[in-house]
Amino acid sequence: MPAILVPTEKWAGKVREVTLGGDSRKKVVVGGETTLPFLHFDGVIPHAPAIAIDVEDVAPQNWSPVLGAVWGDVMREGLAAWARKAVEAGADMVALTLRSADPDMGNTGPAEAVEAVKKVLAAVDVPLIVYGPGIAAKDNEVLVAVSDAFAGKRLALGLCEDKNYRTIVATCMANGHIVIANSPIDINLAKQLNILITDMDMPGDRILMDPTTGALGYGLEYTYSVMERLRVAALLGDSMTAMPMILNPGREGWRFKEAKTRDGVPTQWGDLEGRGIAWETTTAIAQLQAGADILVMRHPKAVGLVKRAIASLMATNY
Amino acid sequence: MALSGIAIYKLLPKTNCKDCGFPTCLAFAMKLSQQGIKLSACPHVSEESKQALDASARPPIQLVTVGTGERAFSVGNEVVMFRHEKTFYNPTALAVRVKTSQSREAIAATVAAVDAYSVERVGIHMRLNAIAIDDAKGDPAAFASCVEQVSSITKMPLILISKDPRVMEAGLSKVAGRRSLIYAANSENVAQMAALAAKHGSPLAVQGDGLSQVAEVVEQANKAGVEELVLDPGARGFGNTLNTFTQIRRLALKSKERLVGYPVIAFPGEGSISPEEEALLASQLVIKYAGIVVLDHFAPHHAYPMLTLRQNIYTDPQKPIQVEPGVYPIRDPGRDSPVLVTTNFSLTYFSVAGEVDGSGMPAWLVICDTDGLSVLTSWAAGKFDGAKIAKTVTTHEVGSRVDHRFLLIPGHVAVLSGEIEEELPGWSVLVGPREGIDIPGYLKNVWTARLQGAKK
Ligand code: B12
Ligand code: SF4
Repeated sequence: MPAILVPTEKWAGKVREVTLGGDSRKKVVVGGETTLPFLHFDGVIPHAPAIAIDVEDVAPQNWSPVLGAVWGDVMREGLAAWARKAVEAGADMVALTLRSADPDMGNTGPAEAVEAVKKVLAAVDVPLIVYGPGIAAKDNEVLVAVSDAFAGKRLALGLCEDKNYRTIVATCMANGHIVIANSPIDINLAKQLNILITDMDMPGDRILMDPTTGALGYGLEYTYSVMERLRVAALLGDSMTAMPMILNPGREGWRFKEAKTRDGVPTQWGDLEGRGIAWETTTAIAQLQAGADILVMRHPKAVGLVKRAIASLMATNY
Repeated sequence: MALSGIAIYKLLPKTNCKDCGFPTCLAFAMKLSQQGIKLSACPHVSEESKQALDASARPPIQLVTVGTGERAFSVGNEVVMFRHEKTFYNPTALAVRVKTSQSREAIAATVAAVDAYSVERVGIHMRLNAIAIDDAKGDPAAFASCVEQVSSITKMPLILISKDPRVMEAGLSKVAGRRSLIYAANSENVAQMAALAAKHGSPLAVQGDGLSQVAEVVEQANKAGVEELVLDPGARGFGNTLNTFTQIRRLALKSKERLVGYPVIAFPGEGSISPEEEALLASQLVIKYAGIVVLDHFAPHHAYPMLTLRQNIYTDPQKPIQVEPGVYPIRDPGRDSPVLVTTNFSLTYFSVAGEVDGSGMPAWLVICDTDGLSVLTSWAAGKFDGAKIAKTVTTHEVGSRVDHRFLLIPGHVAVLSGEIEEELPGWSVLVGPREGIDIPGYLKNVWTARLQGAKK
């Protein structure tokens, strides 16, 4: 019998471990791998990638009808019900977007933001990710208030970009939270932002990096390769690319026509519900293969499918 | 792996006779190592040297072609572990399996649907590649009749599945000359299966439990003269296929291990609990190293995302898919039709063109040269600005095609309005919606009202 000896890669680097939550709440640890995704014969993967589910503080206006069909009732019942249902659907964490702070969606302020976070923290005991509305000035205003009000809860706060990183990093440092560093699909920009953040003395194990999601068919090939390159750089020993990666296949995967439109599309696109779910899961599986440590998702069936895939990818007894 | 010029030189006659058109054997060898010419240009090379050189010219992962004619496909010949290192070349072939245990009607329906399936994305028509026929009954006559039925419906390449050489022979005899893939040779039947492959000029799949067993069967198939092989090392499920296929690719590319230097075939339906799970695993297999994926279920809502993923992953990372800049008429526009401005990234162009076409309203699309970047990306990169848009509008004489003076721009770049109006005196900018999906509504309502208003 020919002897086949598989060459192994001994990487010098290691992805940093980041702990979310804790205190009196559940905690989730991500990162720590010394190998490319799920290659158990090369190194160790101490923690499975975690799944967060998106909730918003006002019922979203233009989500896909497929998402409306599963979340519609709890969206109307309110944030606490929505967060509880997310955990029932299998979320390891909840990702709350403070949408109402958007000037077009109500322009609410710090008080309302703190109130929303309080509701979610009371309703569920999993770790919490909090996103601002995505407008730098408003993000700063509401995230600083949330950070102060919930010191020590080890929330993950974002997005922290090159425009506004100082404010968000400073408040996360002061209050023991984690920053989500977002850069636009570029390995050097991602690294640069991590350097800027650590230069402020933020400990490296309190940074998650978000290299930006391009959904399936909408830039996935770019984000996929940037993630792969970031992870290879980390394993080669570059500590400034070694932060665990967080991606949003839910938000991006459900944004486009393929996941939203039932009528007036080619019949070859098939049934909308199945297509939308597949758009989210296909985006997610590519990101897992490229090194995602946290996936923020939306559809409960997509979450179920991806969780089963992760379980298989983490197993070593086949 | 290709040999160096010096290594090739050692295999040549070293007479410097110049018959090849080169001044010396060494010069010829150097050129040959760069793969610019063929060995046959030297009339004096010995048979032994020819064989040695042929073997070394084989790529680390053998190129395997299945089927004939327009729908034949090739897999293998990949040269990198990661697409960013160069590119992935030969897209994973997607096949759908039917079984002899199914009714003839069910088989006919599946085969016809798979054969006809074609979906367009960024101007490229994407299709499934093959039909696999599984001998579920172990009966040569039943298999032959099923192969005959399928081949009468489709010209797609076929994958014939049986462990029994008698059954395989019966099937192959119905599709002589079609280069069907034989699945599979294993340690028990390799002699007969390799003989069938040689006789029919068919590629051969080799099946084994683990890499060593596969390599052993490959060695025997090679000895029988069969070189176009596909491997099934028995891995099933997400974790097992990822680890095993990565090992195979690494062995082929890094260790130059010839015995596993072939494309891999996978069966994501085996062990999956639902068609959804099968589809998700198939997507992983497209990314992580499968040459051929045989599906047990076909549904358009799964095929479309899977084919889109394949298109994404197999796009050359150095070259975004672009369209030619210029003015594109949609649905025969006239002097009152709207003028929409966008970029020459294929995805952007086709998204917008699709929406405009879907709206039923004729329109002019002005495509600016942004080096194939999307709206926001090119804006952020400084390649989509007032000056660029103005220049495109002027160069292509957009003003001579319409009576109005409205330019509709993407909502994402509303900030460009002022700049454009400054650069294009007489024109007014209308800021359209941000997402393509909202263009039809906008054209029907807002645009129509604005045009009416302007006419009064
Ligand atoms: C893939 C991608 C890239 C790829 C390029 C892909 C390409 N060929 O364009 C790469 C990795 C190369 C890239 C690079 C950069 N990127 Co980029 N990229 C993306 C990403 C993920 C998707 C873009 C995309 O393909 N969208 C799909 C296409 C179809 O969308 P679109 O062109 O906008 O078209 C839609 C609409 O605009 C509308 N529409 C289009 N035309 C028209 C016309 C009319 C009249 C109307 C009404 C509507 C309309 O319809 C379409 C369908 O909805 C986005 C983030 C995201 N998730 O969306 C960031 C993004 C666009 N990039 C961004 C940035 C900053 C950059 C860089 C400058 C970063 C850097 N490294 O310096 C570079 C610039 C490039 C360079 N220097 O060469 C930012 C832009 C930020 C901003 N608001 O200005 C984004 C938003 C990411 C972010 N959140 O920060 N990027
Ligand atoms: S034809 Fe052959 S032998 Fe003659 S010079 Fe060329 S390589 Fe050498």
